[in-house]
Amino acid sequence: MTNYNGACLCGKISAREVNLYYGNFQALKNITLEVPQCAITAIIGPSGCGKSSFLRLLNRMNDIINGTRVTGDIKLDGQSIYEKSVDVVDLRKRVGMVFQKPNPFSMSIYDNIAFGPRQHGKHNKRELIEIVENSLRQAVLWDEVKDKLEQSALALSGGQQQRLCIARVLAVEPEIILMDEPCSALDPIATLKIEDLMRNLAKDYTIVIVTHNMQQAARVSDMTAFFMMEEDRSGSLVEFGATTHIFTTPKDRRTEDYITGRFG
Amino acid sequence: MEIRAKFHNKLKGLQDEILVMGSMVEKALLYSVEALKNRDLALAREIVIGDLKINAKRFEIEEQCVELIATQQPMASDLRTLVSMTSITTELERIADHAEGIAKIAIMNGDEPPVKPLVILPRMAEQTAQMLQNSLKALINRDPASARQIAVEDDQIDTYYSQVFRELIVIMTEDPRAITRATRLIWVAHNLERSADRVTNICERVVFIATGKIEEIQASKY
Repeated sequence: MTNYNGACLCGKISAREVNLYYGNFQALKNITLEVPQCAITAIIGPSGCGKSSFLRLLNRMNDIINGTRVTGDIKLDGQSIYEKSVDVVDLRKRVGMVFQKPNPFSMSIYDNIAFGPRQHGKHNKRELIEIVENSLRQAVLWDEVKDKLEQSALALSGGQQQRLCIARVLAVEPEIILMDEPCSALDPIATLKIEDLMRNLAKDYTIVIVTHNMQQAARVSDMTAFFMMEEDRSGSLVEFGATTHIFTTPKDRRTEDYITGRFG
Repeated sequence: MEIRAKFHNKLKGLQDEILVMGSMVEKALLYSVEALKNRDLALAREIVIGDLKINAKRFEIEEQCVELIATQQPMASDLRTLVSMTSITTELERIADHAEGIAKIAIMNGDEPPVKPLVILPRMAEQTAQMLQNSLKALINRDPASARQIAVEDDQIDTYYSQVFRELIVIMTEDPRAITRATRLIWVAHNLERSADRVTNICERVVFIATGKIEEIQASKY
């Protein structure tokens, strides 16, 4: 299997029989999924089906919610990420995240991007300047902000802020970027810019995106996973496959019914 | 809960339009051979004029397909249905052109008596019309098995075609004066044979809608 760029879709993240509980409530049931490297994997499904919960398992963001329990295994490059020896800060450096609403820090554009590298011990000014420029270039924001790096990031437009947040993730050189509804607060043009950026980033990064927008999943991703809520309200994986197959000839009746709008 | 009821109703409406167009085409095909057989020039002219309506219907359906694709972003079987409908209307429109071709031959023949009594050609027309009707039934029922079966029936049409061809060659060999009229009948047979081939193309679309697989289900001999 290859992605748009012709790269091999080898497993980067491997989830095996993963169950997630919030207290007594089972949020995810028996999820087994192989996320390919240097490709975009989209997770779609109705509200409450556990898409975001699954995404947040991949960099252990659920750890911060009390009463969370995870069984099964999630491996990153063959290494279990739920082992005691795993340093969560280090994990989140490797697995960056972009959220629904752009959330720049209330500081300058430059400091937003330099924040991560500084946290990880980089203080050499020349090195930081280089990181900031590279990250902003990769996020296709450089030309728009290069003359106002000292201005507050909050003055940028929504679409620019979201690209800034992507640049901020890129600055710590992650391997994987998780995106939770990254375009839901953006206008259509800003959305297309982010999608274009994602396709560029997929050459070097593994991207997992949760989206309510099926057309976005169809446009941007290589692989699509369809999640659904079972009768006991726990989320499960119904179908996982190449995006072109999922949106033209899904195998499971439930996927077909969901993407053609016959249930929701 | 059905959420896209409006869209799916439109899709169904489009399917009904295809049935309407199908019945227009079926009539044109049957009447064209009838006009030829009975030397009914008025009927033949009606078919030629009626073809314009069929062409207009095709564009109307195609336009609606494009509009739904552009505005509704159909997925999966809905997408396959819409894309296939544009091909099916093209096939239907071409069958109507074959019928028009036969009607024009009837007009060319005028009052001249045929070189032989027309027996097989009306049979070919009837069977092709029946195949067409069944192919559209298979479309409505999303029935790939029936669609494949109809395509197999095309073999019979090919056999008829060979038979007509051989008979007419014999007539032409025996009586060179019959060459013009016999050649016209070969054109008629060819139009019918091509029409049946186009019905098998429709059957292929039905299989695609139902299964997602594009397959050539029956290659015609001609």
